[in-house]
Amino acid sequence: MNGKDEKFITIYIMGKKHMVPANLTIMKAMEYAGHQFRRGAGCRGGFCGACSTIYRTKGSYKLQVALACQKIVEDGMIVTQIPFSPADKKRYDIDRLKPEANTFLEYYPEISRCLACNTCTKACPQDIMVMDYVQAALRGDVKEAARLSFDCIGCGLCAVRCPAEIVPYNIGQLARRLYSKHVVGPASHVLNRVKEVNEGKFDEEINKLKNMPKEELQNLYNSRDIKV
Amino acid sequence: MSGYPDYMQESIRLVEKTRSERLEKGYPLMSAEEKSEILKKWHPDYKEGTKRLLKIGPSAGQLMPHEVADILEAHPIINPKDIDLTDISFDLDILIIGAGGAGLSAALLAHESGIDPDRILMVQKLRLGDANSKMSQGGIQAADGTDDSPTRHFLDIMGGGRFTNKPELVEVLVKEGPDVIKWHESLGVMYDKNPDGTMKLEAGGGTSRRRMHSCKDYTGLEITRVLVDEFLNREIPYVEFTAAVELLMDDKGQVAGSVLFNMDSDEYLVAKAKSTILATGGFGRLHIQGYETTNHYGATADGLPLAYHVGAYLRDLDSTQFHPTGAAYPEQIVGQLATEMLRSRGAQPVNKFGQLFVHSLETRDAESSAIIRECYERNNGIITPTGMRGVWLDTPLIDLIHGSGTIEREFSAMYRMWGKFDIDIRREPMLVFPTLHYQNGGVEINTKCETSVPGLYAAGEVCGGVHGKNRLMGNSQLDLYVFGRRAGRFAAERAKKIEIGKLTLDHVYRYERWLSEAGIKTDRRAPLILPEYRGKRTLEHKIKIL
Ligand SMILES: Cc1cc2nc3c(=O)[nH]c(=O)nc-3n(C[C@H](O)[C@H](O)[C@H](O)COP(=O)(O)OP(=O)(O)OC[C@H]3O[C@@H](n4cnc5c(N)ncnc54)[C@H](O)[C@@H]3O)c2cc1C
Ligand code: SF4
Ligand code: SF4
Ligand code: FES
Repeated sequence: MNGKDEKFITIYIMGKKHMVPANLTIMKAMEYAGHQFRRGAGCRGGFCGACSTIYRTKGSYKLQVALACQKIVEDGMIVTQIPFSPADKKRYDIDRLKPEANTFLEYYPEISRCLACNTCTKACPQDIMVMDYVQAALRGDVKEAARLSFDCIGCGLCAVRCPAEIVPYNIGQLARRLYSKHVVGPASHVLNRVKEVNEGKFDEEINKLKNMPKEELQNLYNSRDIKV
Repeated sequence: MSGYPDYMQESIRLVEKTRSERLEKGYPLMSAEEKSEILKKWHPDYKEGTKRLLKIGPSAGQLMPHEVADILEAHPIINPKDIDLTDISFDLDILIIGAGGAGLSAALLAHESGIDPDRILMVQKLRLGDANSKMSQGGIQAADGTDDSPTRHFLDIMGGGRFTNKPELVEVLVKEGPDVIKWHESLGVMYDKNPDGTMKLEAGGGTSRRRMHSCKDYTGLEITRVLVDEFLNREIPYVEFTAAVELLMDDKGQVAGSVLFNMDSDEYLVAKAKSTILATGGFGRLHIQGYETTNHYGATADGLPLAYHVGAYLRDLDSTQFHPTGAAYPEQIVGQLATEMLRSRGAQPVNKFGQLFVHSLETRDAESSAIIRECYERNNGIITPTGMRGVWLDTPLIDLIHGSGTIEREFSAMYRMWGKFDIDIRREPMLVFPTLHYQNGGVEINTKCETSVPGLYAAGEVCGGVHGKNRLMGNSQLDLYVFGRRAGRFAAERAKKIEIGKLTLDHVYRYERWLSEAGIKTDRRAPLILPEYRGKRTLEHKIKIL
């Protein structure tokens, strides 16, 4: 859709009216309109949460959320970014924590005030069951909290919307680290291999390859057995 | 409702028809000769007129893409006369530039090596962790499987890199691989595991064993956010939205920190440091040969001019990695990555007639070349409404092979991203074409991450040598942590021993001299800091008043 048949629509960036091509993402539309991002853009691919955006559309009272890099503009859309959400991330020594409800309550006592209103879930551009992972943490179900929160990109929109002033993504982060470190634990074959390396088990083999003439190494490579 | 226009859906019917037969038959791997031939003919690296020999500096004569030579044959962005070197904002042991995986690992290890947190500073031009590192989907290699060994990993990497890698760097990479995974687990990274607690290991292009570790298709996100969380726990100082714009040197010829630029206030700051670690990542946003890219907004290769201004050697920049499967449709996500893990789990590349034309897991250079040939020589690609070409990546095979639910469970990022455009990758294939992905070459380092200039360390994608002329999937993620950690450790060692002399920016004048002696007349300036995507009209009418 380049050239003549390009369709334009009207959007309002922080209230100011702009005509932009209809097929752009919010991020590219803002650039088209003349903004150069300093804040508000990161990965540009839906992985970082730097481009959190809220908007309303023509004729709708509803406040909606999106990632600017993932959402196509709509006619009449009124947008603004929320590139930062203030939150107090607590400092902790992960080695010393226990994977239980009290750990969450100790660092983030406000979660006990969760109203189960589900506003956070509705605000999540990743469609994560945010309330459910907060509730799982409250129950001490670390595994469920870790699993449910896994796709969180830390965009901050849930925290901005929560009436109980909870910061769900901090809870999810803590849950995942607790779960991996203290519930699942390390894979033993990894630990074994580290030990073997430290004992020098592969030194001689690798040294041999390192010092091999290129041609010989090439032959070895081309004839290596592949088991995948 | 399908997000594909009708004519594409017609082709999808053909893809569906051949699915079960293809699954059974597969496609043979290329022989060494076939591979070298297809690379020469179709890999973008071999395209004529896309590169030139660098004219100035210690690596003059090296071949590199015009886009890279352009930022090296460019004026430094600061004028030394504007900078007051006696007004020091940060007096440090260690300055780390870039908060991706390499920079964060370096910070944690510098701290663990006994440097007081207050003597460390992380500067980052976006937010902490907003980096290529966070975007990695597929996984990280390490030879910890019981049927695997670091020796095999070594051979795979050397072959993948066409035997141009620096062997001593590869040795370090493969030997420390398992330890990196151990370290991640000790920090609480949630790797995908089998019910018996062993790692889920997958194959990648060019691997002879299954050694890809993953965290769904959010591998980089998971690792990076854990590192950021830990970094914050350690209370290591950092400044975001602040870019390194020119390194500092001292009168003894050492790198001695950096001039920084506060991107909120447009003021400069002087950071003096005993060791400086460059972890600025790669060059995707230079859009080599006009390609779209998978890379994050800040991937403007700042590290290359920064290092080159002080005289550091570069290498292997003549080769660029194009990822075989970037989105070719829908237009809004063109160039974004469709992870290689999709192919590891069974998705096959097929042409518009539903035919296989290449093995799914060739090395990336060969896989990309085969797709380009299929589209441009054989004309068997789909042409999109914007004139792009692409082939199908037949994702429904994954659920067919591993059971329904697999895609949603293991590829939630992909499922979500395409789903936003009404493409259900469980039922419909993705349309893909190679996309600019990775800076294979870069600043030369040794096993201690030292560059050729004392006081300057480098780690991660900004470096060259580890992967030679072609990187295999999952080895960059490994590279970041292996060499990021090393950079932190060795930079700390150095910082305990040395003193910085009188600060200078004389190298900026020297660089200007190199430019004028080579007869380079240009108004280009580097580092770029941010790419330029504003509309044409805006740029043509831009004036500076406020
Ligand atoms: C979409 C995608 C998927 C990938 N998937 C995989 C995979 O599955 N497996 C794998 O092994 N590899 C993968 N890679 C490659 C790998 O993730 C990257 O090579 C790697 O993350 C680079 O890490 P880094 O720390 O060197 O740089 P980055 O992670 O890019 O971090 C560099 C940071 O430095 C900042 N910076 C740059 N210049 C300046 C400056 N002048 N001042 C201050 N800060 C600056 C940048 O903004 C950035 O935040 C993928 C890459 C991408 C883009
Ligand atoms: S859980 Fe919260 S921070 Fe995470 S992606 Fe959803 S809205 Fe954003
Ligand atoms: S928005 Fe806040 S109070 Fe409501 S369910 Fe979510 S966490 Fe609980
Ligand atoms: S810029 Fe990272 S999610 Fe949009």
